Amino acid sequence: MATVDALKGPALLKQLGKTNEGKPPLGCMQCGLCAASCPLGEAMEFPPRKLILQAGADNLDKVLNSPSLWMCVACYTCSARCPRGIELTDGLWPALRDAAMQAGFQPPAELQETFQNVFKYGNVLGRSPRQRMDWTKDLDVRVLDLSKEPRPVDVLCLVGCYPSYYPRNQLVARAFARLLTQLGVTWGVLGAQEKALGECDRMAGEEGLFETLVEANRKVLDKQDFRKLVVLDPHAFRALQKFYPRYGAWYPVQHYTTFLAERLEQLKPLIARKVDAVVTYHDNCCVGRRCGYYDQPRALLELVPGLKVVEMDRNRDNALCCGGGGGGMWLDGHIVAQGGTRLSDLRVAQAAATGAEILAVSCPYELSRFEDAAKVAGLEGRLKVRDIIELLAECMDLGERNVS
Amino acid sequence: MKIAVVVRQIPDLIEPLEVDGSGTAFDLGSASFIVNESDDHALEQAILLKEAGGATVSVVALDFGDVDNTLYTAAAKGADRIIKISLAEEMPPPPRAAAALYAEAIKPLAPDLVLVGVQAHDEWDGGVSPFLAAALGLPYVGVICGVKAGAEQGTISVCKEFPGAVMARLNVKLPAVLGIVGAEQPPRYVPVARVRAAMKTARFEEQEAATAASAPPAGSISRLYPPASGSHAEMLAGSESEIAARIAEILAQKGLVK
Repeated sequence: MATVDALKGPALLKQLGKTNEGKPPLGCMQCGLCAASCPLGEAMEFPPRKLILQAGADNLDKVLNSPSLWMCVACYTCSARCPRGIELTDGLWPALRDAAMQAGFQPPAELQETFQNVFKYGNVLGRSPRQRMDWTKDLDVRVLDLSKEPRPVDVLCLVGCYPSYYPRNQLVARAFARLLTQLGVTWGVLGAQEKALGECDRMAGEEGLFETLVEANRKVLDKQDFRKLVVLDPHAFRALQKFYPRYGAWYPVQHYTTFLAERLEQLKPLIARKVDAVVTYHDNCCVGRRCGYYDQPRALLELVPGLKVVEMDRNRDNALCCGGGGGGMWLDGHIVAQGGTRLSDLRVAQAAATGAEILAVSCPYELSRFEDAAKVAGLEGRLKVRDIIELLAECMDLGERNVS
Repeated sequence: MKIAVVVRQIPDLIEPLEVDGSGTAFDLGSASFIVNESDDHALEQAILLKEAGGATVSVVALDFGDVDNTLYTAAAKGADRIIKISLAEEMPPPPRAAAALYAEAIKPLAPDLVLVGVQAHDEWDGGVSPFLAAALGLPYVGVICGVKAGAEQGTISVCKEFPGAVMARLNVKLPAVLGIVGAEQPPRYVPVARVRAAMKTARFEEQEAATAASAPPAGSISRLYPPASGSHAEMLAGSESEIAARIAEILAQKGLVK
């Protein structure tokens, strides 16, 4: 039975102000920029501004029991624009969601299932850890499984849940394996020992699950000998870059776009052919708005001969989120039921408006979200969704499917 | 009210089970285990009864598989006592023998109500829930999908599901054993932080298994094998009238219509 007896709103907000999550929420001047900026704010009973207002007025039970608590998709727009520097995305939302679950309020069922999958199996899809290496089946390059053959490597690649298990994303992992091999770096993966990094779980309020994952991943990573971690998933990058160091777990980590953008000169000789197409790039929120890496993915696209890069009206720090962060990947049903829009539907419409034939992405969530949205919008065949890795692999004849 | 709940571990089917060298058992050495779904509902129902009117909830489980995590989760959900039965064998006994073990642990609790999942996918020689009722000498009602306080003292009101989606509400005199198919609400989610807190505070009452040999299996497995497909379904295609004509033809061929 849900109860908020032990939780008082003003005390919670005050406590948040003592953490390293930006400025204290109680410093909010109620300007409303956050609510107006939030892509789902109109459908929320308590958009960010009202969250602070109501929690500060000790109406925490109303806030915690509201379906709108589970509508934030961690796009960081409110945090980026808040004139008071209040860290709404990394601080307020996860703390309130955590408080809601601690008080016994139930998160949406689909999110519960994801949490349980991660807790039990170490991946969001609820698949067996033993099948983690299935993506390498019949691959024409060797992937070193460091859990079986430990040895020093330059790059330890954390593949991520979707690229490990989900067929569409497996194509990206396979292309990246060929690319890394072509670059001549020594690299390996963790195989069955790889687990989710837990960024989405943390942002969705499951701090305890996140801590469990940090402990488990540290044990595995600390035994490995590598110069840097390279991740395919921007959420994994965010987890390792910002949240793991709080637990004393610091690792040199790069998202693959940054890693490859540092190697443009090595990539150039690998180019075998042109890819004639107009492409537009979707800035994912973790690598883009949150960390400011806008030029690296574009530099990789510019490398592909024949590609003409056009920009959507909303790009770089003003890019519209795909709707998959903060647990949003598993909350589409909930968000739509509350009157919200699938942001991926809006985003593919923006991409199509540029006249682009390809929507390029660099996050595993976006492939399936945007491909689904393109089908819904009747754009299938007209607007293809491709990871940047796939476009690079295509021009280097390293891919498994034709891009253009 | 004192409520006892049986919570079982069953093989997790995210990976295919394999028959071992004997040909009469599964190779469970490398299998992972999960909580039996209808037992999870039984626990949820017990916690709901506790929240509605006050009760002491005791969870009883055999010690194997991933049972500790399951029991800590039960404690985080609100179970008051956790009784873990250690086994002489590596794997649990079949249902009839297991029911005898649960009964040994439950008898001293003198519960008013015993809740156990009505089914589990490893019940090859019968369901644990009726065997448990027999071993305890208590009345049994199975396929229950909701339990409320009874109108009279010493009774409980249950919703029982019959074949054909017929539902009945019955008043059951306590003490009794109920085979639960579903709680009044889905099993609740407890955040991992609470499970981790339970790991630090919850204490298991550990007992040795006493009477494994007292309830021999009703039969023995002579061969275990994946089903071989004898024939495949015929997929009907064509227009609605063509499909309807083909269905009528099949029914006539089978002698089901004249």
